[in-house]
Amino acid sequence: MSEKILQSFDVKRLDILDEAGNADESLLPPLPDEEIRKLYETMVLARTFDQRALNLQREGRIGTYASILGQEASQIGSALALEKTDWIFPSFRENGVYIAVGQPPYKILQYWGGDERGLRTDNDLNIFPVCIPVATHLAHAVGAAMAVKYHGDKIVVAVYFGDGGTSEGDFHESLNFAGVFRLPVIFICQNNQWAISVPREKQTFAKTIAQKAIAYGFEGIQVDGNDIFAVYKATREASEKARRGEGPTLIECFTYRMSDHTTADDASRYRTKEEVEKWKARDPLLRLRLFMEKKGLWTEQYQREIESALKQTVDEAEKKYESVEPPDFRDMFNYTYAKLAQKQQREIKDF
Amino acid sequence: MPKLNMVQAINLALKEEMQSDRDIVVLGEDVGKDGGVFRVTEGLQEQFGPHRVIDTPLAESVIVGASIGMAAYGLKPVAEIQFEGFIYPAMDQIANHAARLRSRSRGRYTCPLVIRTPYGAGIRAPEHHSESCEALFCHMPGIKVVMPSSPYYAKGLLISAIRDPDPVIFLESTRLYRLIKEDVPEGEYTVPLEKARIVQEGKDITVISWGFMLHRSLQAVEGFDAEVIDLMTLNPIDEETIYASVKKTGRLVIVNEAPKSGSLASDISASVAEDLMLYLKAPITRVASYDVVLPLPKLEDHYIPSLDRIRKALTDIMQY
Repeated sequence: MSEKILQSFDVKRLDILDEAGNADESLLPPLPDEEIRKLYETMVLARTFDQRALNLQREGRIGTYASILGQEASQIGSALALEKTDWIFPSFRENGVYIAVGQPPYKILQYWGGDERGLRTDNDLNIFPVCIPVATHLAHAVGAAMAVKYHGDKIVVAVYFGDGGTSEGDFHESLNFAGVFRLPVIFICQNNQWAISVPREKQTFAKTIAQKAIAYGFEGIQVDGNDIFAVYKATREASEKARRGEGPTLIECFTYRMSDHTTADDASRYRTKEEVEKWKARDPLLRLRLFMEKKGLWTEQYQREIESALKQTVDEAEKKYESVEPPDFRDMFNYTYAKLAQKQQREIKDF
Repeated sequence: MPKLNMVQAINLALKEEMQSDRDIVVLGEDVGKDGGVFRVTEGLQEQFGPHRVIDTPLAESVIVGASIGMAAYGLKPVAEIQFEGFIYPAMDQIANHAARLRSRSRGRYTCPLVIRTPYGAGIRAPEHHSESCEALFCHMPGIKVVMPSSPYYAKGLLISAIRDPDPVIFLESTRLYRLIKEDVPEGEYTVPLEKARIVQEGKDITVISWGFMLHRSLQAVEGFDAEVIDLMTLNPIDEETIYASVKKTGRLVIVNEAPKSGSLASDISASVAEDLMLYLKAPITRVASYDVVLPLPKLEDHYIPSLDRIRKALTDIMQY
């Protein structure tokens, strides 16, 4: 008889860029200057868009909206680390991801403005419609990854969800599938510390979300989710691993939801100002800006120029969104099945 | 022409379709080496390999959810849920995603998948193995619900379901799996979805049923001049065939194995009452299971519609 350790594990955490804009050069992903600018400008665009969407909601020009404020690095750093042909399954707080992959911003407004046509993507854009029922789309990502593997395609599947989603049964079932079938899928958890009003500690007693992957037989890593280089590097490495056929990865982006859950929420009911203030100092845009300044990639002039150009992009998106004709009532019938059923034909006739 | 039972007919449909379309995959619990608990997928893994006939972990929600992802990517998954009573964890995936993907992506993504699952009482099975919850799926626009009543129709309908561009729930009566053998042609033939079938013509009374209950109804109508309709596709239903028959007979009995309240029988009854009131010579009658928790085998014969209950309904209506 004996008692012995069968397995033991470590949980990795990756930090590259600190709050003052200093980077660990040995860990820095090898990005040319124009790529760094692209990361920064995409984050500025996402934030400008987000601010505008909040304003439009307050004015009653779109419906309930979920802000991404504070999570720009987690979303854009990961999305821009993927290839154009990769497949992405977003949850409902992924407007930064949509913007990064090239979904026209007016369409994002169109969806939050209550029009399904905003979820329609171009055929060369492999991003799914947002998923509202929490964590159910992890299963779709797993299925797409099974199909990728079946076809032998060199494609990676990425799926976005939050810390609250890790409590759902579909999280377990999906990660379990991904491990068993060694699927080319990256589970990107934006741990933003809050699932509406319930804090991270009440979702799981585990110290990290990253370590949950260990139970499914694959690697999990926690990264500073406000550090775009850490997010980019972890996603890149996970995607290369997946493309080599070496299976899934769980990436926990440790970040913070600076805004209310949605415009229908009031976060001051359940969390302190001090906590929010503490995270303000960790702003993902600010630290990349400081880094770029040190590298001579950022000036006041550059900031003014991109702000003006990106504001114009958002102005145009708003204008286009508001000029789109309302959908025809037949749309709700036409997309239920490939062909109208007998009953639907009658319903249209009697409409 | 070989005489096959329903298990063999479904197996043949899967085999032939998989031979002709490499994008079809089968997945579920015990569908591979074991060939499924009812042996419906027997031999398929041996023939097509474990990458096409996939034994999954025990996870109904992700069996269906993964099928949605596969279908969106371009495969045609045929998922098996071991018993209809175990499909509830997958309801979220069926209702919120499979049913809606075409609509909410405005046609960018579609969901051509089939979920096969055995339903129904009468085989003395344990708890949760005898459900008839087809009405739940019929209440989900975007989902098609199909139920064959014999081996020939099982093969033809399953081929249509696999080739259909939308998600189909394919309900297989456990009672019928090995009850009947009939001629089932080898090779391709299809039975169209969304089309009911007149099994026998008649003048006095229309009887609509589906699955195992169709057979009980056919026995019950002996001695009546009844027109019997096998609905086959339960959603969306073939109103035209039903209405034409009721207009002719003026009397309607609907026989279904599910509990009466909120059943598909109720819905058909309501539609006919709304649209054909002036054609009716007697009240529409539903013969259904009782509104009680599905009993264990000692009581199940009292629960599902018996021959006597159907006959009594027919007699009452004719004497009305």
